[in-house]
Amino acid sequence: MIRLKSLVLNELGKDAREDDSLAPSSVSSLVVPRKRFADAARTLKKDYALLAAEWAADETPFGRGFAVFACFRREQEYLVIKTEVPVGDATFPSLTKKYAAAYRFERQIQSLMGLTPVGNPDDRPWIKHEDWPANAWPLRKTFDAKTTMQRVPGEYRWIRAEGDGIYEIPVGPVHAGIIEPGHFRFQAMGEDVINLEEKLGYVHKGIEKRFESFSWQEAARLAGRVSGDTTVAHSLSYSRAVEALTGTVLPDRAQWLRALFLERERIANHLGDLGAICNDVAFTFLFYQFHRLKEILLRTNHHLFGHRFLMDRIVPGGVVVDIDGEGVLAITNELAWLEREYEPLVTIYDENASLEDRVRDAGVLRPEQARDLCAVGIVARASGLNLDCRVDHPFPPYDRISVNVPVLISGDAHARAWVRVEEIRESIRIIREILRTVPSDGLIVPIGDPLPDRSGFAAVEGWRGEILYWVQSGPNGEINRCMVRDPSSVNWLGLEQCIHGNIVPDFPLCNKSFNQSYSGHDL
Amino acid sequence: MKVHPLLIELIQVFVLLFAAPLFAGWVKMVKCWSQGRTSPSLLQPYRDLCKLFSKDVALAENASWIFRSTPYLVFGVTVLAGGIIPIISVDLPLSATADVIALVALFAIARFFTALAGMDIGTSFGGMGSSREMTIASLAEPAMLMAIFAVSLASKSTSLSQMAIVVSQGYSILRPSLAFALLAFILIALTETGRVPVDNPATHLELTMIHEAMILEYSGRHLALIEWAKMMKLFLFITLGIAVFFPWGIDAAGGAAGLASSFLIMSLKLGISGVGLVLIETGLAKMRIFRVTEFLGSAFLFATLGMLSFFILE
Repeated sequence: MIRLKSLVLNELGKDAREDDSLAPSSVSSLVVPRKRFADAARTLKKDYALLAAEWAADETPFGRGFAVFACFRREQEYLVIKTEVPVGDATFPSLTKKYAAAYRFERQIQSLMGLTPVGNPDDRPWIKHEDWPANAWPLRKTFDAKTTMQRVPGEYRWIRAEGDGIYEIPVGPVHAGIIEPGHFRFQAMGEDVINLEEKLGYVHKGIEKRFESFSWQEAARLAGRVSGDTTVAHSLSYSRAVEALTGTVLPDRAQWLRALFLERERIANHLGDLGAICNDVAFTFLFYQFHRLKEILLRTNHHLFGHRFLMDRIVPGGVVVDIDGEGVLAITNELAWLEREYEPLVTIYDENASLEDRVRDAGVLRPEQARDLCAVGIVARASGLNLDCRVDHPFPPYDRISVNVPVLISGDAHARAWVRVEEIRESIRIIREILRTVPSDGLIVPIGDPLPDRSGFAAVEGWRGEILYWVQSGPNGEINRCMVRDPSSVNWLGLEQCIHGNIVPDFPLCNKSFNQSYSGHDL
Repeated sequence: MKVHPLLIELIQVFVLLFAAPLFAGWVKMVKCWSQGRTSPSLLQPYRDLCKLFSKDVALAENASWIFRSTPYLVFGVTVLAGGIIPIISVDLPLSATADVIALVALFAIARFFTALAGMDIGTSFGGMGSSREMTIASLAEPAMLMAIFAVSLASKSTSLSQMAIVVSQGYSILRPSLAFALLAFILIALTETGRVPVDNPATHLELTMIHEAMILEYSGRHLALIEWAKMMKLFLFITLGIAVFFPWGIDAAGGAAGLASSFLIMSLKLGISGVGLVLIETGLAKMRIFRVTEFLGSAFLFATLGMLSFFILE
């Protein structure tokens, strides 16, 4: 479990030291000097570790400067590497040349925290749009959240393609369907896509900054609203990070009920996605049928737990709703019904030749690309990466539940759909296991008061994939920084890559098979 | 009582104008049922048209006369095409002056101007739609002519009325040339009217659109006319198929009672064709756009086989 850590300690020798601020129940953490930051990443890259996230924190309230963190993952182990950046020289070595996934994390750090990644080939802002002054860094403590920002003229420098017959298709940010805003710019030759560039940030709400103005309890509500369709997984991940920080031990029943909510969220969203994938190739029959099943699940949620999407049912310290014998029976019956309804639809999906012709070989993200981009979740599992934090980094009660992870290697839209198909089956099985074994101790315990200058880390497998939270307490035990990493932050990169070699009209299908969150990415 | 041919022509145009939205409503209704949904009312297309007619037109600043006049042109041409096809009677003055080649040309005019209008504003979606539409048209039009020629070999005329009369008088559908031509015609009709599996008339995804991409910039009464013309085009292709392949019951005598029974039989045939259309649409996903060439290639092949089998077998 500490392979990555010892590798870095061996390589960097006396330069690396253990970081004792990360709460004991969290993951391992090292502090390295700024000039060895990239060396640590190179060592880890050689050992096939993946980059999970990179972020910065303003530590001036502690009398220090800034800090840049990079989180790496390999099998069961997470390793957070921290490096300190003085206020006077706000730069840090870029990891982009080792880890392509660092490319946008670093642009984001530069745009929002004002720390310059030295060696990142792309200095364009990310998330913060060009109509904000380049020197307005909202995540710094010196930036007042109430500031009314003066708009400045500016233009985004798009990647261009030139030549005879090449044309550009700007799509969005406002789309014809009811979806979130994001801009896609295609360079195309006839119908063949030469390049696709995404521009996101249209739903940047300043969530990470807003966390800092809340109490630990209030902030759980904000975490539940980072991405509305993943409300359970986000509030769970946040709550687990806070519990790690404060050393709170949860009653068993709360843990099992959380898993129940998480799996119900997974089934509902996967059903919706399967329908939406079919709808994008005009196979509307399955669209309506899958959505019918999803709707009935949501109504049961509302009936049993008081909210269709189970928003605010998970709080730091436990859960706020219980399930009684009648509820268990209702869910058990519903699962039996769901299986009866679901399997024939899967057969239709699987056996319709015209549907198969569309989804196979569309938008292939090859396994080596997925690995290079450090993809997570369904996207990674459809491209041959066996990653699932319910198995790799099991949080209770998954340490007591066996989870079968479907992994496909074709990396096309069909693989991404089929991973969902298998996960729904698996989640049905898991829910049955949960309902059989859910223990009957308490639902909620009070969380302790956080010590100053501590941090907590949590990883939860939401339906899109691994959701990371890293929280840091300030000098008075308040929230100093809350880092949110939705799976979309890395998987959006995969969409840009998978579209190469495809034709323009196949893009909506590829996009739908990824179905990444705009809100979770833009924060 | 003998009805004057010009009056028949007039009645037929009215039938076309007002039955086309009803038929579109029927297709929508059956489609909803096939997916297990509650359907909107049969009259919904009329309401949509009324809504669009009552809205203002939002016109791009750089729209030229082509963009502004195309909706009227498309609408007019489609109504004119309705005067040629024997829908309720074969006794049509216009049908005598224009044959099936003229009909294909009329649809080509409408398509040509729609494609120009798509490019007129200069948005990338419009240009993309026009390019796709013309690619498909270049394959669909010859296949369409070949299919109709296969039938006209039997009727020894390219006049639609003449073809309807000959086929209804004893030439059975079991003739291999007609069977091949019918297959070809179904594939072409799905393409020309922009239905699944070639195009998705209900989609909101700009990047996948063919016909819809060209008309994205239209609004208000312009859009209403284009939508109405589109419903009429669907209606016309179905009635064209009926007139050429299943003409039994279309009135030839020109009497009032004959017209009434002709109208009833037409409604029945349309109702059944609507169900058939929905069955095709429900069972198939939309093709990858480059598969459409293979699709229309097979339509052309079927039509050619129809002609060959006429010479070899009949």
